[in-house]
Amino acid sequence: MTVQNVVEQGAPQARPASRKLSWAWLGLTPFFIFTFLFLLYPASTLGVRSFQDSRTHAFTFKYIVQLLHDPYLLGSYWISIKISVITALGGGLFGFLLAYSAIRGGLPKFMRSSLMTFCGVASNFAGVPLAFAFIALLSPSGELTKVLIALGFNPYHHGFTLYTFWGLSIVYMYFQFPLMVLIITPAIDGLRREWVEAAENLGASSFQYWRYVAFPILLPAILGAVVLLFGNSFGAFATAQALTGGQINLVTIVVGSQLRGDILSDPGLGYALALGMVVIMAFAIIARALLQQRTERWLR
Amino acid sequence: MNQTSDKKRGGKFWAWFWMILGILYFFLPLVATFLFSLRAKLGVLSFTAYQHVFNDSNFIYNFSYSVLWGVLTIIVGVLIFVPTAYLIRLKLPKFRLPVEFITMLPFVIPAIVYVFSLVRTFSQPPLLIVNSPALLVAGYVILSMPYMYSAIDTGLRAIDVQTLTEAGQSLGAGWGTILFKIILPNIRTAILSGAFLSFAIVIGELILAQYLVKPAFAPYMTYLIQQKAYEPAAMAIISFALTWAAMGIIQFIGRGSEQGQIAGGH
Repeated sequence: MTVQNVVEQGAPQARPASRKLSWAWLGLTPFFIFTFLFLLYPASTLGVRSFQDSRTHAFTFKYIVQLLHDPYLLGSYWISIKISVITALGGGLFGFLLAYSAIRGGLPKFMRSSLMTFCGVASNFAGVPLAFAFIALLSPSGELTKVLIALGFNPYHHGFTLYTFWGLSIVYMYFQFPLMVLIITPAIDGLRREWVEAAENLGASSFQYWRYVAFPILLPAILGAVVLLFGNSFGAFATAQALTGGQINLVTIVVGSQLRGDILSDPGLGYALALGMVVIMAFAIIARALLQQRTERWLR
Repeated sequence: MNQTSDKKRGGKFWAWFWMILGILYFFLPLVATFLFSLRAKLGVLSFTAYQHVFNDSNFIYNFSYSVLWGVLTIIVGVLIFVPTAYLIRLKLPKFRLPVEFITMLPFVIPAIVYVFSLVRTFSQPPLLIVNSPALLVAGYVILSMPYMYSAIDTGLRAIDVQTLTEAGQSLGAGWGTILFKIILPNIRTAILSGAFLSFAIVIGELILAQYLVKPAFAPYMTYLIQQKAYEPAAMAIISFALTWAAMGIIQFIGRGSEQGQIAGGH
């Protein structure tokens, strides 16, 4: 209701240019108050608590130092980065091929709209239900495992398990590539058909068309999408927790166990770990912005 | 001529190939879950697990609370983000960058980290509201903000905000009327798509409800997985079907308004 009040306070006046600014400012206050209170302020405590002893509240660098010297903690970042890079690249590639096939592959029209609906559902099908679906499919007694065993191939005799790195990657792909399809579709729509024809008329092979025309145009969008995919998997927690019961040392799982507040945990360390995650994400986003600037320079 | 048609045929083969691979990836886990959920009775396939789920008063209780949180999240989100995005588009383009930066922050800060700092901040005086459902809803609004805000902004981009506002003004409408009777109906498709995404997020969200100890669907399902085998499978299928139904509704409603704006100049 406050929103409406604030907006109505500045009922349409004749047009005094100086007063316009004041009501317009007021209109944004609910947004800024809300996000400050429930997002910016809590998030900023993250920075403070990373440098604060959990018991004495004194200023300290000990968590940061501990973080940089503990191979277990550094390892957890490494596992998270590895799984995020692999699923962002894999999901990005597969999602792109899928989106391109549906839009430009000459498939029946309804395929495209069904693909979009599926992707909308699947990109949000994460966490507990997703973990459960893959347990039903690929656990040692899962449906696909049973079929494979009947065909004479038991993946569990060849080093595969659902509950470790590669298993988790397969599960993450389920929400990664649909997200790619959703993000990249507008960019593929923007590729004009005339460009293929023009390239063909000039005698370009389809490799040349991709190398010199389509790929450079799509590159900024693809880079942006892959960074989003990276963040999507870097911050994922519930899926891994439900699938492995916390056995795999993703950084989110380590953060979760530090912040939970049982005897062995230290919230200060948890906050420092989380701060490290934000720093890594910030690097990814800055890298994306720089790359996009470079790749977009000649577009328009 | 021949060469291009060959090339096209080759392209079509690969298009089908990737599509079928995608379809398999989509559906195999769901089919497996469905088959598994039918095995509650030994030796026969039956819907017993589904009967159990629908007769389970705890499921109904937790699920209806999730629906309630979802609806409240959407209402609060629309009330805050529609005026904001509208004003930025109409009068305050200077604020576009900072506001978009803030709305994208939940993407950058991992959800688990955000939830813990939220709970910590509001569990000590003077901000002791950790037991209030309002905190849960506020957290959901923030978590769904990237989707909600960008959906609303996309919707506003498709209509002529300036003309609609001036038309309203010259007919004597106040700002409340302009926002809620002119702008809102014109971007209803965009709002709906943002709303359903928010809804899906709220239904699937685990940690916030878990740490605020509020009834919700995902924590209940996590709990049930540790207790039972077949019922969680049935619940996974039900939650998937519900999300799918919601997406179907978006597409259906979206189809009706493909012309975009229902009133005003283009």
